[in-house]
Amino acid sequence: MEASAPNYFLIVGGVLFVMMNVAAGLIWVERRMLALWQDRYGPNRAGPFGLFIVLADTLKLLFKEDWIPPFADKVVFVLAPAIVMVTVLLSFVIIPFAPGIVVADLNIGILFFLAMSSMGAYSIILGGWASNNKYALLGAMRGAAQMISYEVFMGLALMGVVLLSGSFNIREIVEAQRGMWFVVPQVIGFVIFFIAGVAETHRLPFDIPEAESELIAGFHSEYSGMKFGIFFVGEYLGITLISCMVVALYFGGWLGPAFLPPVVWFALKTFVFISIFILLRASLPRPRYDQLMEFGWKILLPLTLVNLLVTAAIVLLQNGN
Amino acid sequence: MELTFYLAAAVAIIATILVVTQYNLIHALLYLVVSFMAIAVVFFTLGAPFMAALEIIIYAGAIVVLIIFVIMMLNLTHEDVQHEKEWLKPSVWIGPAVLSLILLAELAYIFMASETSAVATQPVEAKAVGMALFGPYILGVELSGMLLMAGIVGAYHLGRQKKKIVHRFLERTEA
Repeated sequence: MEASAPNYFLIVGGVLFVMMNVAAGLIWVERRMLALWQDRYGPNRAGPFGLFIVLADTLKLLFKEDWIPPFADKVVFVLAPAIVMVTVLLSFVIIPFAPGIVVADLNIGILFFLAMSSMGAYSIILGGWASNNKYALLGAMRGAAQMISYEVFMGLALMGVVLLSGSFNIREIVEAQRGMWFVVPQVIGFVIFFIAGVAETHRLPFDIPEAESELIAGFHSEYSGMKFGIFFVGEYLGITLISCMVVALYFGGWLGPAFLPPVVWFALKTFVFISIFILLRASLPRPRYDQLMEFGWKILLPLTLVNLLVTAAIVLLQNGN
Repeated sequence: MELTFYLAAAVAIIATILVVTQYNLIHALLYLVVSFMAIAVVFFTLGAPFMAALEIIIYAGAIVVLIIFVIMMLNLTHEDVQHEKEWLKPSVWIGPAVLSLILLAELAYIFMASETSAVATQPVEAKAVGMALFGPYILGVELSGMLLMAGIVGAYHLGRQKKKIVHRFLERTEA
Protein backbone atom coordinates (compact mmCIF):
# COMPACT_ATOMS: atom_id res chain seq x y z
CA MET A 1 0.00 0.00 0.00
CA GLU A 2 2.55 2.57 -1.11
CA ALA A 3 0.80 5.88 -1.55
CA SER A 4 2.08 8.49 -4.02
CA ALA A 5 3.53 11.68 -2.58
CA PRO A 6 0.54 14.07 -3.06
CA ASN A 7 -1.82 11.37 -1.85
CA TYR A 8 0.38 10.90 1.20
CA PHE A 9 0.32 14.58 2.09
CA LEU A 10 -3.44 14.53 1.61
CA ILE A 11 -3.73 11.73 4.17
CA VAL A 12 -1.42 13.45 6.66
CA GLY A 13 -3.21 16.78 6.28
CA GLY A 14 -6.61 15.11 6.36
CA VAL A 15 -5.91 13.17 9.55
CA LEU A 16 -4.51 16.30 11.23
CA PHE A 17 -7.44 18.47 10.11
CA VAL A 18 -10.12 15.96 11.11
CA MET A 19 -8.54 15.23 14.49
CA MET A 20 -8.13 18.88 15.46
CA ASN A 21 -11.74 19.58 14.50
CA VAL A 22 -13.04 16.51 16.27
CA ALA A 23 -11.17 17.54 19.41
CA ALA A 24 -12.64 21.03 19.25
CA GLY A 25 -16.10 19.75 18.40
CA LEU A 26 -16.00 17.41 21.37
CA ILE A 27 -16.12 20.45 23.67
CA TRP A 28 -19.62 21.11 22.38
CA VAL A 29 -20.59 17.42 22.24
CA GLU A 30 -19.53 16.88 25.82
CA ARG A 31 -21.41 19.87 27.19
CA ARG A 32 -24.56 19.06 25.25
CA MET A 33 -24.57 15.39 26.22
CA LEU A 34 -23.75 16.02 29.86
CA ALA A 35 -26.61 18.50 29.92
CA LEU A 36 -29.03 16.03 28.34
CA TRP A 37 -28.12 13.33 30.85
CA GLN A 38 -28.58 15.81 33.69
CA ASP A 39 -31.97 17.11 32.50
CA ARG A 40 -30.68 20.45 31.25
CA TYR A 41 -30.35 22.06 27.82
CA GLY A 42 -26.65 22.89 27.88
CA PRO A 43 -25.21 25.49 25.51
CA ASN A 44 -28.02 26.30 23.05
CA ARG A 45 -27.78 30.04 22.28
CA ALA A 46 -24.91 30.70 19.85
CA GLY A 47 -25.58 29.32 16.38
CA PRO A 48 -27.52 26.16 15.49
CA PHE A 49 -27.81 23.90 18.56
CA GLY A 50 -25.28 26.14 20.30
CA LEU A 51 -22.51 24.88 18.03
CA PHE A 52 -20.72 28.24 17.97
CA ILE A 53 -19.79 27.81 21.62
CA VAL A 54 -16.66 26.12 20.27
CA LEU A 55 -15.73 29.29 18.38
CA ALA A 56 -16.57 31.49 21.33
CA ASP A 57 -14.48 29.32 23.64
CA THR A 58 -11.49 29.33 21.31
CA LEU A 59 -11.66 33.09 20.82
CA LYS A 60 -11.90 33.62 24.55
CA LEU A 61 -8.87 31.43 25.19
CA LEU A 62 -6.85 33.13 22.45
CA PHE A 63 -7.50 36.61 23.79
CA LYS A 64 -6.91 35.82 27.44
CA GLU A 65 -3.72 37.09 28.98
CA ASP A 66 -1.02 34.48 28.48
CA TRP A 67 0.47 34.67 31.95
CA ILE A 68 3.70 32.94 32.86
CA PRO A 69 4.22 33.17 36.62
CA PRO A 70 7.51 34.88 37.56
CA PHE A 71 8.34 32.02 39.95
CA ALA A 72 7.93 29.37 37.23
CA ASP A 73 10.68 27.63 35.28
CA LYS A 74 9.83 29.44 32.07
CA VAL A 75 11.27 27.15 29.40
CA VAL A 76 9.82 23.98 30.90
CA PHE A 77 6.55 25.77 31.63
CA VAL A 78 6.11 26.58 27.94
CA LEU A 79 7.38 23.19 26.82
CA ALA A 80 4.93 21.11 28.88
CA PRO A 81 1.69 21.78 26.95
CA ALA A 82 3.52 21.24 23.65
CA ILE A 83 4.56 17.75 24.74
CA VAL A 84 1.00 16.51 25.25
CA MET A 85 0.00 17.84 21.84
CA VAL A 86 2.97 16.33 20.02
CA THR A 87 2.73 12.90 21.64
CA VAL A 88 -1.01 12.52 21.14
CA LEU A 89 -0.92 13.73 17.54
CA LEU A 90 2.02 11.44 16.80
CA SER A 91 0.04 8.50 18.14
CA PHE A 92 -2.61 9.04 15.45
CA VAL A 93 0.08 8.25 12.88
CA ILE A 94 -0.34 4.48 13.33
CA ILE A 95 -4.15 4.29 13.35
CA PRO A 96 -5.63 2.77 10.18
CA PHE A 97 -8.92 4.58 9.57
CA ALA A 98 -9.68 2.51 6.49
CA PRO A 99 -7.68 0.38 4.03
CA GLY A 100 -5.04 2.76 2.67
CA ILE A 101 -5.90 5.65 4.99
CA VAL A 102 -3.05 5.39 7.46
CA VAL A 103 -0.10 7.73 7.80
CA ALA A 104 2.55 5.15 8.74
CA ASP A 105 1.95 1.42 8.45
CA LEU A 106 4.47 0.64 11.18
CA ASN A 107 5.39 -2.94 12.05
CA ILE A 108 5.60 -1.97 15.71
CA GLY A 109 2.38 0.07 15.70
CA ILE A 110 1.16 -0.94 19.15
CA LEU A 111 4.57 -0.39 20.71
CA PHE A 112 4.75 3.04 19.10
CA PHE A 113 1.37 3.89 20.64
CA LEU A 114 2.57 2.73 24.07
CA ALA A 115 5.81 4.69 23.70
CA MET A 116 3.95 7.87 22.82
CA SER A 117 1.48 7.48 25.67
CA SER A 118 4.35 7.01 28.12
CA MET A 119 6.05 10.13 26.80
CA GLY A 120 2.76 11.97 27.29
CA ALA A 121 3.20 11.58 31.04
CA TYR A 122 5.97 14.19 30.85
CA SER A 123 3.55 16.97 30.01
CA ILE A 124 1.77 16.49 33.34
CA ILE A 125 4.95 16.02 35.35
CA LEU A 126 6.82 18.93 33.82
CA GLY A 127 3.80 21.21 33.77
CA GLY A 128 3.19 20.58 37.46
CA TRP A 129 6.83 20.88 38.44
CA ALA A 130 7.57 24.00 36.38
CA SER A 131 4.58 25.82 37.87
CA ASN A 132 6.41 25.87 41.19
CA ASN A 133 3.13 25.64 43.04
CA LYS A 134 2.43 23.01 45.65
CA TYR A 135 -1.01 22.09 44.33
CA ALA A 136 0.40 21.76 40.82
CA LEU A 137 3.25 19.63 42.17
CA LEU A 138 0.83 17.35 44.04
CA GLY A 139 -1.18 16.98 40.85
CA ALA A 140 1.98 16.19 38.89
CA MET A 141 3.02 13.51 41.40
CA ARG A 142 -0.38 11.88 41.30
CA GLY A 143 -0.36 12.07 37.52
CA ALA A 144 3.07 10.49 37.26
CA ALA A 145 2.22 7.59 39.57
CA GLN A 146 -1.17 7.03 37.96
CA MET A 147 0.10 7.11 34.39
CA ILE A 148 3.10 4.85 35.02
CA SER A 149 0.95 2.27 36.82
CA TYR A 150 -1.87 2.21 34.31
CA GLU A 151 0.55 2.02 31.40
CA VAL A 152 1.62 -1.38 32.75
CA PHE A 153 -1.92 -2.76 32.63
CA MET A 154 -2.57 -1.12 29.30
CA GLY A 155 0.46 -2.77 27.71
CA LEU A 156 -0.26 -6.16 29.26
CA ALA A 157 -3.92 -6.03 28.23
CA LEU A 158 -2.89 -5.28 24.64
CA MET A 159 -0.62 -8.32 24.56
CA GLY A 160 -3.72 -10.56 24.41
CA VAL A 161 -4.65 -9.01 21.07
CA VAL A 162 -1.06 -9.33 19.87
CA LEU A 163 -1.08 -13.02 20.80
CA LEU A 164 -4.29 -13.68 18.90
CA SER A 165 -3.25 -11.83 15.75
CA GLY A 166 0.46 -12.58 15.92
CA SER A 167 1.43 -9.01 15.00
CA PHE A 168 2.16 -5.57 16.42
CA ASN A 169 0.91 -4.02 13.20
CA ILE A 170 -2.53 -2.50 13.71
CA ARG A 171 -3.60 -2.98 10.09
CA GLU A 172 -2.87 -6.69 10.38
CA ILE A 173 -4.71 -6.82 13.71
CA VAL A 174 -7.80 -5.33 12.07
CA GLU A 175 -7.51 -7.79 9.17
CA ALA A 176 -7.25 -10.66 11.66
CA GLN A 177 -10.69 -9.71 13.02
CA ARG A 178 -12.57 -10.62 9.84
CA GLY A 179 -14.05 -13.74 11.39
CA MET A 180 -14.69 -12.42 14.87
CA TRP A 181 -14.05 -9.14 16.66
CA PHE A 182 -11.38 -9.52 19.32
CA VAL A 183 -13.75 -8.18 21.95
CA VAL A 184 -15.33 -11.65 22.14
CA PRO A 185 -12.24 -13.70 23.08
CA GLN A 186 -10.56 -10.73 24.80
CA VAL A 187 -13.44 -9.29 26.81
CA ILE A 188 -11.31 -8.96 29.97
CA GLY A 189 -8.49 -7.41 27.97
CA PHE A 190 -10.93 -4.93 26.43
CA VAL A 191 -12.37 -3.86 29.79
CA ILE A 192 -8.90 -3.43 31.31
CA PHE A 193 -7.62 -1.54 28.28
CA PHE A 194 -10.59 0.80 28.44
CA ILE A 195 -10.17 1.46 32.17
CA ALA A 196 -6.45 2.02 31.67
CA GLY A 197 -7.29 4.32 28.77
CA VAL A 198 -9.54 6.42 30.99
CA ALA A 199 -6.73 6.62 33.53
CA GLU A 200 -4.13 7.48 30.86
CA THR A 201 -6.18 10.37 29.54
CA HIS A 202 -6.89 11.32 33.17
CA ARG A 203 -10.56 11.74 32.44
CA LEU A 204 -13.26 11.56 35.04
CA PRO A 205 -13.66 9.43 37.13
CA PHE A 206 -9.85 9.14 37.13
CA ASP A 207 -9.05 12.85 36.82
CA ILE A 208 -7.15 12.71 40.08
CA PRO A 209 -4.14 14.76 38.86
CA GLU A 210 -6.48 17.73 38.46
CA ALA A 211 -9.13 16.92 41.06
CA GLU A 212 -10.58 20.39 41.39
CA SER A 213 -12.17 19.87 44.80
CA GLU A 214 -8.79 18.99 46.34
CA LEU A 215 -6.08 20.54 44.17
CA ILE A 216 -7.66 23.68 42.59
CA ALA A 217 -6.88 22.45 39.06
CA GLY A 218 -3.95 20.15 39.75
CA PHE A 219 -1.03 20.26 37.39
CA HIS A 220 -2.45 23.07 35.26
CA SER A 221 -3.42 25.43 38.08
CA GLU A 222 -0.99 28.09 36.87
CA TYR A 223 -1.80 27.80 33.18
CA SER A 224 -4.00 30.30 31.40
CA GLY A 225 -4.94 31.34 27.90
CA MET A 226 -4.01 29.10 25.03
CA LYS A 227 -1.50 27.07 27.06
CA PHE A 228 -4.39 25.85 29.18
CA GLY A 229 -6.35 25.45 25.96
CA ILE A 230 -3.70 23.08 24.63
CA PHE A 231 -3.96 20.87 27.72
CA PHE A 232 -7.71 20.96 27.23
CA VAL A 233 -7.61 20.03 23.54
CA GLY A 234 -4.92 17.45 24.30
CA GLU A 235 -7.34 15.75 26.69
CA TYR A 236 -10.04 15.55 24.01
CA LEU A 237 -7.49 14.30 21.49
CA GLY A 238 -6.54 11.66 24.05
CA ILE A 239 -10.16 10.55 24.33
CA THR A 240 -10.40 10.29 20.55
CA LEU A 241 -7.13 8.38 20.40
CA ILE A 242 -8.15 5.81 23.02
CA SER A 243 -11.55 5.40 21.30
CA CYS A 244 -9.82 4.85 17.95
CA MET A 245 -7.46 2.30 19.51
CA VAL A 246 -10.34 0.42 21.17
CA VAL A 247 -12.18 0.30 17.85
CA ALA A 248 -9.14 -0.83 15.88
CA LEU A 249 -7.98 -3.43 18.38
CA TYR A 250 -11.21 -4.89 19.75
CA PHE A 251 -14.12 -3.86 17.53
CA GLY A 252 -12.91 -4.70 14.05
CA GLY A 253 -11.71 -1.23 13.01
CA TRP A 254 -13.14 -0.33 9.63
CA LEU A 255 -14.77 -3.76 9.14
CA GLY A 256 -18.54 -3.75 8.85
CA PRO A 257 -21.45 -4.54 6.48
CA ALA A 258 -20.76 -3.18 3.02
CA PHE A 259 -23.63 -0.66 2.77
CA LEU A 260 -21.43 1.98 4.43
CA PRO A 261 -17.84 2.83 3.43
CA PRO A 262 -15.12 1.63 5.84
CA VAL A 263 -14.22 5.12 7.08
CA VAL A 264 -17.80 5.71 8.14
CA TRP A 265 -17.86 2.47 10.10
CA PHE A 266 -14.65 3.49 11.86
CA ALA A 267 -16.03 6.95 12.67
CA LEU A 268 -19.35 5.57 13.93
CA LYS A 269 -17.71 3.03 16.22
CA THR A 270 -15.27 5.64 17.50
CA PHE A 271 -18.11 8.01 18.28
CA VAL A 272 -19.84 5.34 20.37
CA PHE A 273 -16.75 5.03 22.57
CA ILE A 274 -16.33 8.78 22.84
CA SER A 275 -19.93 8.91 24.09
CA ILE A 276 -19.14 6.23 26.65
CA PHE A 277 -16.23 8.38 27.88
CA ILE A 278 -18.64 11.27 28.35
CA LEU A 279 -21.28 9.07 29.96
CA LEU A 280 -18.64 7.88 32.45
CA ARG A 281 -18.02 11.48 33.39
CA ALA A 282 -21.73 12.07 33.87
CA SER A 283 -22.33 9.05 36.03
CA LEU A 284 -19.34 8.03 38.15
CA PRO A 285 -17.85 9.74 41.21
CA ARG A 286 -14.11 10.15 41.59
CA PRO A 287 -12.33 7.51 43.68
CA ARG A 288 -9.79 8.44 46.33
CA TYR A 289 -6.18 8.46 45.16
CA ASP A 290 -5.08 5.40 47.16
CA GLN A 291 -8.22 3.54 46.05
CA LEU A 292 -7.23 4.19 42.44
CA MET A 293 -3.74 2.77 42.95
CA GLU A 294 -4.98 -0.22 44.95
CA PHE A 295 -7.59 -0.98 42.30
CA GLY A 296 -4.88 -0.95 39.70
CA TRP A 297 -2.23 -3.05 41.37
CA LYS A 298 -4.44 -5.43 43.36
CA ILE A 299 -7.27 -6.10 40.89
CA LEU A 300 -6.28 -5.08 37.38
CA LEU A 301 -2.72 -6.45 37.42
CA PRO A 302 -3.63 -10.03 38.49
CA LEU A 303 -6.58 -9.99 36.07
CA THR A 304 -4.40 -8.94 33.13
CA LEU A 305 -1.79 -11.56 33.99
CA VAL A 306 -4.43 -14.31 34.18
CA ASN A 307 -5.96 -13.07 30.92
CA LEU A 308 -2.56 -13.15 29.24
CA LEU A 309 -1.75 -16.62 30.58
CA VAL A 310 -5.09 -18.14 29.52
CA THR A 311 -4.94 -16.52 26.08
CA ALA A 312 -1.41 -17.74 25.54
CA ALA A 313 -2.36 -21.28 26.62
CA ILE A 314 -5.35 -21.36 24.25
CA VAL A 315 -3.32 -20.01 21.32
CA LEU A 316 -0.62 -22.60 22.05
CA LEU A 317 -3.19 -25.43 22.14
CA GLN A 318 -4.77 -24.30 18.87
CA ASN A 319 -1.41 -24.06 17.14
CA GLY A 320 -0.47 -27.48 18.49
CA ASN A 321 -3.50 -29.15 16.94
CA MET B 1 19.43 6.29 6.22
CA GLU B 2 23.11 7.05 6.90
CA LEU B 3 22.40 10.75 7.32
CA THR B 4 19.59 10.06 9.84
CA PHE B 5 21.95 7.81 11.75
CA TYR B 6 24.68 10.45 12.01
CA LEU B 7 22.17 13.18 12.91
CA ALA B 8 20.63 11.06 15.64
CA ALA B 9 24.06 10.06 16.91
CA ALA B 10 25.13 13.72 17.04
CA VAL B 11 21.95 14.63 18.95
CA ALA B 12 22.59 11.77 21.38
CA ILE B 13 26.15 12.90 22.06
CA ILE B 14 25.25 16.58 22.51
CA ALA B 15 22.28 15.75 24.73
CA THR B 16 24.36 13.42 26.87
CA ILE B 17 27.07 16.05 27.32
CA LEU B 18 24.39 18.52 28.37
CA VAL B 19 23.07 15.96 30.90
CA VAL B 20 26.43 16.12 32.66
CA THR B 21 26.95 19.85 32.45
CA GLN B 22 23.49 21.11 33.48
CA TYR B 23 23.24 22.55 36.97
CA ASN B 24 19.49 22.12 37.28
CA LEU B 25 18.70 18.46 37.88
CA ILE B 26 15.33 18.44 36.11
CA HIS B 27 16.85 20.10 33.05
CA ALA B 28 19.60 17.49 33.06
CA LEU B 29 16.98 14.73 33.16
CA LEU B 30 15.12 16.33 30.27
CA TYR B 31 18.30 16.14 28.21
CA LEU B 32 18.62 12.52 29.32
CA VAL B 33 15.18 11.87 27.83
CA VAL B 34 16.28 13.53 24.59
CA SER B 35 19.39 11.35 24.62
CA PHE B 36 17.29 8.18 25.03
CA MET B 37 15.03 9.26 22.18
CA ALA B 38 18.06 9.89 19.95
CA ILE B 39 19.40 6.44 20.81
CA ALA B 40 15.98 5.00 19.93
CA VAL B 41 16.25 6.64 16.50
CA VAL B 42 19.75 5.15 16.15
CA PHE B 43 18.33 1.70 16.90
CA PHE B 44 15.59 2.32 14.36
CA THR B 45 18.01 3.26 11.61
CA LEU B 46 20.16 0.22 12.42
CA GLY B 47 17.17 -2.05 11.79
CA ALA B 48 16.06 -2.80 15.34
CA PRO B 49 12.58 -1.19 15.60
CA PHE B 50 11.59 -3.39 18.53
CA MET B 51 14.58 -2.22 20.57
CA ALA B 52 13.80 1.37 19.60
CA ALA B 53 10.25 1.10 20.95
CA LEU B 54 11.40 -0.58 24.16
CA GLU B 55 14.10 2.05 24.65
CA ILE B 56 11.43 4.75 24.71
CA ILE B 57 8.78 2.81 26.64
CA ILE B 58 11.10 1.59 29.38
CA TYR B 59 13.97 4.06 29.66
CA ALA B 60 12.48 7.37 28.55
CA GLY B 61 8.92 6.56 29.59
CA ALA B 62 9.27 4.76 32.89
CA ILE B 63 12.72 4.94 34.46
CA VAL B 64 13.38 8.64 33.94
CA VAL B 65 9.83 9.42 35.09
CA LEU B 66 10.61 7.60 38.34
CA ILE B 67 13.87 9.54 38.77
CA ILE B 68 12.05 12.82 38.15
CA PHE B 69 9.43 11.68 40.65
CA VAL B 70 12.11 11.36 43.34
CA ILE B 71 13.77 14.65 42.44
CA MET B 72 10.45 16.51 42.58
CA MET B 73 10.13 15.37 46.18
CA LEU B 74 13.54 16.87 47.03
CA ASN B 75 12.21 20.41 46.54
CA LEU B 76 15.29 21.88 44.87
CA THR B 77 15.70 25.64 45.01
CA HIS B 78 17.94 28.18 43.35
CA GLU B 79 20.34 27.81 46.29
CA ASP B 80 20.87 24.17 45.38
CA VAL B 81 21.62 25.12 41.79
CA GLN B 82 24.14 27.65 43.16
CA HIS B 83 25.72 24.94 45.34
CA GLU B 84 25.97 22.70 42.32
CA LYS B 85 27.77 25.48 40.46
CA GLU B 86 30.26 25.89 43.31
CA TRP B 87 30.96 22.18 43.47
CA LEU B 88 31.44 21.76 39.74
CA LYS B 89 34.55 23.91 39.32
CA PRO B 90 36.40 23.62 35.99
CA SER B 91 39.22 21.76 37.74
CA VAL B 92 36.80 18.94 38.59
CA TRP B 93 36.45 18.19 34.89
CA ILE B 94 40.16 17.53 34.25
CA GLY B 95 40.32 13.98 35.64
CA PRO B 96 37.28 12.51 33.86
CA ALA B 97 38.11 14.40 30.66
CA VAL B 98 41.65 12.98 30.45
CA LEU B 99 40.46 9.45 31.22
CA SER B 100 37.67 9.53 28.65
CA LEU B 101 40.04 11.05 26.08
CA ILE B 102 42.26 7.98 26.49
CA LEU B 103 39.23 5.76 25.88
CA LEU B 104 38.23 7.85 22.87
CA ALA B 105 41.72 7.53 21.38
CA GLU B 106 41.61 3.77 21.90
CA LEU B 107 38.19 3.58 20.28
CA ALA B 108 39.40 5.58 17.30
CA TYR B 109 42.44 3.30 17.01
CA ILE B 110 40.23 0.18 17.04
CA PHE B 111 37.97 1.63 14.36
CA MET B 112 40.98 2.51 12.21
CA ALA B 113 42.67 -0.85 12.65
CA SER B 114 39.71 -3.17 12.10
CA GLU B 115 37.57 -3.28 9.03
CA THR B 116 34.07 -2.42 10.12
CA SER B 117 31.25 -2.96 7.69
CA ALA B 118 28.87 -0.16 6.79
CA VAL B 119 25.59 0.23 8.66
CA ALA B 120 23.99 -3.19 8.71
CA THR B 121 20.45 -3.14 7.38
CA GLN B 122 19.09 -6.49 8.39
CA PRO B 123 15.91 -5.60 10.29
CA VAL B 124 15.44 -7.56 13.51
CA GLU B 125 11.74 -8.06 14.12
CA ALA B 126 10.07 -8.51 17.49
CA LYS B 127 9.69 -12.24 16.87
CA ALA B 128 13.44 -12.69 16.37
CA VAL B 129 14.14 -10.83 19.62
CA GLY B 130 11.67 -13.07 21.45
CA MET B 131 13.15 -16.24 19.96
CA ALA B 132 16.63 -15.14 21.02
CA LEU B 133 15.53 -14.17 24.53
CA PHE B 134 13.69 -17.40 25.24
CA GLY B 135 16.16 -19.58 23.31
CA PRO B 136 19.90 -19.13 23.91
CA TYR B 137 19.52 -16.33 26.48
CA ILE B 138 16.84 -17.95 28.67
CA LEU B 139 19.20 -18.00 31.65
CA GLY B 140 19.60 -14.24 31.52
CA VAL B 141 15.85 -13.73 31.38
CA GLU B 142 15.31 -15.98 34.39
CA LEU B 143 18.09 -14.35 36.39
CA SER B 144 16.73 -10.85 35.73
CA GLY B 145 13.29 -12.16 36.72
CA MET B 146 14.69 -13.29 40.07
CA LEU B 147 16.43 -9.95 40.55
CA LEU B 148 13.18 -8.08 39.91
CA MET B 149 11.31 -10.38 42.29
CA ALA B 150 13.88 -9.67 45.01
CA GLY B 151 13.45 -5.96 44.33
CA ILE B 152 9.67 -6.17 44.61
CA VAL B 153 9.81 -8.13 47.87
CA GLY B 154 12.32 -5.65 49.27
CA ALA B 155 10.20 -2.67 48.27
CA TYR B 156 7.13 -4.28 49.85
CA HIS B 157 9.03 -4.87 53.07
CA LEU B 158 10.28 -1.28 53.21
CA GLY B 159 6.91 0.19 52.37
CA ARG B 160 4.82 -1.95 54.70
CA GLN B 161 3.03 0.02 57.37
CA LYS B 162 1.37 -1.14 60.50
CA LYS B 163 -2.35 -0.57 60.40
CA LYS B 164 -3.19 2.35 62.64
CA ILE B 165 -6.68 3.00 63.91
CA VAL B 166 -7.12 6.68 64.60
CA HIS B 167 -9.77 7.27 67.22
CA ARG B 168 -9.68 9.11 70.49
CA PHE B 169 -10.38 6.04 72.63
CA LEU B 170 -9.45 3.16 70.39
CA GLU B 171 -6.01 4.39 69.35
CA ARG B 172 -3.63 1.47 69.15
CA THR B 173 -1.39 -0.05 66.54
CA GLU B 174 -2.10 -3.49 65.17
CA ALA B 175 0.71 -5.80 64.29
